[in-house]
Amino acid sequence: MDELLEILKGIHDDVDYETEEHLIDEAILDSLDIVDLITQIGDTFGVTITAKDILPENFNSAKAMYALISRLEEE
Amino acid sequence: MYNNVLKYLNNIVTKKPDKVAFSDGETDLTFRQIYDSSRKIGTYLDQQKIYKKPVVVFMKKSPEEVAAFFGVVTGGCFYVPIDEEMPVTRVQLILDNVCSPLVICDEDTLELTSRFDLKGGKTVLYSDLQKVDVDDAAVTAIYEKAIDTDPIYIVFTSGSTGIPKGVCACHRSVIDYIEQLSEILNLGEDTVFGNQSPLYFDACLKELYPTLKFGATTYLIPKSKFSMPTTLVEYLNEHKINTICWVVSALTMVSAFDTFSTVKPEYLHTVAFGSEVFPVTQFLRWREALPNASFTNLYGPTEGTGMCCFFRMEKDPKEGEPIPIGRPFPNREILLFKEDGKTLAGEGEEGEICIRGTNLTLGYYNDPERTAQAFVQNPLNTAYPELIYKTGDIGKYNAEGQLVFVSRKDYQIKHMGHRVELGEIEVGADRISGVRMSACIYDSEKKKIVLYYIGDLEKEEVSKELKTMFPRYMIPGRIFKIDAMPFTANGKIDRKTLKANYEAGK
Repeated sequence: MDELLEILKGIHDDVDYETEEHLIDEAILDSLDIVDLITQIGDTFGVTITAKDILPENFNSAKAMYALISRLEEE
Repeated sequence: MYNNVLKYLNNIVTKKPDKVAFSDGETDLTFRQIYDSSRKIGTYLDQQKIYKKPVVVFMKKSPEEVAAFFGVVTGGCFYVPIDEEMPVTRVQLILDNVCSPLVICDEDTLELTSRFDLKGGKTVLYSDLQKVDVDDAAVTAIYEKAIDTDPIYIVFTSGSTGIPKGVCACHRSVIDYIEQLSEILNLGEDTVFGNQSPLYFDACLKELYPTLKFGATTYLIPKSKFSMPTTLVEYLNEHKINTICWVVSALTMVSAFDTFSTVKPEYLHTVAFGSEVFPVTQFLRWREALPNASFTNLYGPTEGTGMCCFFRMEKDPKEGEPIPIGRPFPNREILLFKEDGKTLAGEGEEGEICIRGTNLTLGYYNDPERTAQAFVQNPLNTAYPELIYKTGDIGKYNAEGQLVFVSRKDYQIKHMGHRVELGEIEVGADRISGVRMSACIYDSEKKKIVLYYIGDLEKEEVSKELKTMFPRYMIPGRIFKIDAMPFTANGKIDRKTLKANYEAGK
């Protein structure tokens, strides 16, 4: 989780990722941020995120992203 | 003969009054509703004796905002869109420039509007304007008095001094653009647009006016859809969207994550893109997903009213070769001038892209100095007044005679589809107390604006301050606090060294 928060802070360092739950719905993360994020998650965690998992429910909060990464790591 | 963009609306309302013209998924407005609403707004402006004046439209992106634009034109005025996404400093600079007597806002923006100095202008709610009784005679008289060189909008672009420039366009250049674009993209009454661009840029002309011309339909796609590719494509399918004119980054967002193996756009047959270089591998994925669709690369500066060059992708581009910007739309000419500013570049030679034709806008509003620098007498013509617009873009012709974009002449970059003057960001950063000096470079590979600064403030604070001054797309993606700024021999900030350090990972 710390590694993920580190990545997220690198994208926008003024967002409280531990509590924010509308990163997508409120357009806090825009499309370029998502591209950047997915690339960095891939590099750090060795998982490939494809379009079928790039859904608001998986990216609205850091917690949801972490759950997605954990699921992909198990698969 | 069309000499007023409202003729498109007056014409279509008699033919397809009940068809949906603009929708954002929440509100649908038919051509009849757009027509009625715009005449109410026109009547109100007449009653207030506001005529031939800039009228600021500060509303949430919505079909109502589009109706407000046409309402302003119906009143013989010109619309100046501003948006919540714009930082407050920029909005104030715009308000200072236009000194508008009226700001049309909605319930969402009313409170925000009260925080600005409106320079004596007053505020009115769009919903209150809908209660006005239309004065047909007054609105018709305004329509008949209009001539096609009267302005219809001002949109603001980045300026290197930190003051944005208000590009002011008239009926004639917009009509010319819409007529040419419609033929090039083969638009018609069955066109269903999926709009991506904000309404405060000229990019949205592509959807707004052809919708009126043909009685087509435009969906204003919510911004949040663009970060979730599968959701976005499902949205296109749900609304049977068949035509999109998007910035490249929105298209690559979809293709880069293998979206097409999950869901494909089912109705899409016309794809136009521009403002950035389309990476060939990503383009090929789109082509493979939509083998029968047409793909067109568009190029043009705001000062030339929308787009002015096009390249239809007939065959697949080669890896490593840029997609050309092709050739000019009919009724305008591209002149490539060499560094001396008066000799045309020969075959294969680089030159500054200059534009000649009806599509030239009127210039920068309330800014004769910067207008005179960019809109100049055609150096090839000494016989009568004829303006050309100097884009500041460097181009050349390839072996097939197609125009290719090479680079920016000055210090301006393309970022997320927007023109950004890196100098403007530096000017802003330098204004922050606690920042002594700053310099910006652009990482074109990762598409990030990188800011270096010296000063006492921490970078989180610098970032926070910048966000109050600039739109999101101008906020540096990486900020580095350094101990000393490198300088060149003649005392200028050495951006080459900064860039080399950045690339070396220092």
